[in-house]
Amino acid sequence: MLRGLWKLTWIELKIFLREPLGAIGTIVIPVLVFILVGRAIGPKLGPTANAANTFIGVGLPVLASILIAISAVLSLVTIISIYREGGILKRLRATPLRPHTILTAHVIVKLLLTAATLSLMVLAGKRYYPVGIHVRFVGFTIALLISTCSILSIGFLIASIVPTARFAQPIGAIIMYPMIAVSGLFAPIASLPPLLHAAAVIVPLTYAVSLLAGIWRGDPWSAHLGDVAALALVFFVCTALSAKVFRWE
Amino acid sequence: MHPVIQVSGVRKTYGSNVAVDEVSFEVNDGEIFGLIGPNGAGKTTTMECIEGLRTPDRGAISVLGLDPFRDVYKLQNRIGVQLQQAQLQKRIKVWEAIDLWALLYGKQATDGERLLEQLGLADKRNAWFMTLSGGQKQRLFIALALINDPEVVFLDELTTGLDPQARRAIWDLVRGIRERGKTVFLTTHLMEEAERLCDRVAIIEHGRIIDIDRPQSLVNRHCPDRSVVLASDDPHAAERFRAIPQAETVTCSGTQITIRGRGDDLVTEVIQCISENRIRVTDFRTILPNLEDVFLKLTGHSIRD
Repeated sequence: MLRGLWKLTWIELKIFLREPLGAIGTIVIPVLVFILVGRAIGPKLGPTANAANTFIGVGLPVLASILIAISAVLSLVTIISIYREGGILKRLRATPLRPHTILTAHVIVKLLLTAATLSLMVLAGKRYYPVGIHVRFVGFTIALLISTCSILSIGFLIASIVPTARFAQPIGAIIMYPMIAVSGLFAPIASLPPLLHAAAVIVPLTYAVSLLAGIWRGDPWSAHLGDVAALALVFFVCTALSAKVFRWE
Repeated sequence: MHPVIQVSGVRKTYGSNVAVDEVSFEVNDGEIFGLIGPNGAGKTTTMECIEGLRTPDRGAISVLGLDPFRDVYKLQNRIGVQLQQAQLQKRIKVWEAIDLWALLYGKQATDGERLLEQLGLADKRNAWFMTLSGGQKQRLFIALALINDPEVVFLDELTTGLDPQARRAIWDLVRGIRERGKTVFLTTHLMEEAERLCDRVAIIEHGRIIDIDRPQSLVNRHCPDRSVVLASDDPHAAERFRAIPQAETVTCSGTQITIRGRGDDLVTEVIQCISENRIRVTDFRTILPNLEDVFLKLTGHSIRD
């Protein structure tokens, strides 16, 4: 089933790093921006910013994590559609490779890069931002992994059907970014108008935000089992659907 | 000779467009079989149905005794394919592709290295796919198609877009595949390629097979006309040639004489006539019909139209 997964993952990782701006765009620039902003505003925040409920204290790290996960999704969608348009998927199809092996390889590459970016940010953050030092990194990493897998599975679904590379990025963005607006990151879900409130309940990102923010604040996992279940459900439904509708060409 | 591919009554439509209609043929063990026809005739659709990449609406296909649709995974291990317009990742290295394919088919990487050697790609093993020339890409695709030591090799429009030199090099490689005892099924719209390479060809147009046979047999059957064009200033030459039983028309234009007729014996008889009558000839050539003419005869238009 997953024959060739590790070799394909390794090759795809190398191919990605050979892209002009591959590593620089994904890892170096976000971390650099983070550090520069940290140097500029970090000293002004002072110890009072430790307050667990401010946007800087909770919202920002969660937003950063989610944005990075979404950019991973968009990049996945784009790569798969380029492969489809260019006839690469077609050639891979006529081998014992299965669609999920190909998608999984790309997901692992994205997770590795996301992990590298976030780890560097955490290291930089410890130095420049006087917040979140109390955060449970292992717990937050697990929460982030669960959220990212779930968000990536939506990417699977988009990647399986989006026809051309030209559409991949905008379609992905149109689907992903509005989710942030209703996810409860900027306004509490309870305060949203009824229609947006309904949207918030459906949108998987809401559960990712709830889980990430909760774990960042130090909530026990037992308080977020519902979020984990929702994210798992999204993952399994989207993964199963994408296998059904996967288009090779 | 027993058939390794059997296709009977295959039909495939895309919406209201019938791509392949009632196609039936067999490919024998160890031969190079060509499906020839213009672009859009249904060559690739037929081939991809046989490879298990598409499902026909109707009809039966058997490859090495397997059903390409139901047994697609089993079949993949026993066939090798080169697809039209396929690509690899731009920045994948030649050896990485070979290495991945070898692993996917459970082969040793050394088998792949040997193939690179044989296909003249050994010095390109560290090159990115995007930097290869058209001919090198096609040779890499042939290497990938051969890596699992397949019993049947499918080659779809293998030399399209290549210059004549690269094309000839690829033809030699394909003959080499047959010499290793493998069956080759190829499609082409190049009549010269079919004539030089194929043991048997099927002519397909508008999704239907018009005729199947050895290229020479097709020519003999459909285009038995032969012409001899020669130059002679002997004033009695034309008269002598008219006496040849097989010569149907003899036309003169200045010193050039064209003798048209049917059957293999025409050329011999013209030569005998020249020799017996001691006609002084300053130029001599024959015009023999080829597959191109057969195609024109059968379809009423040239394959390039």
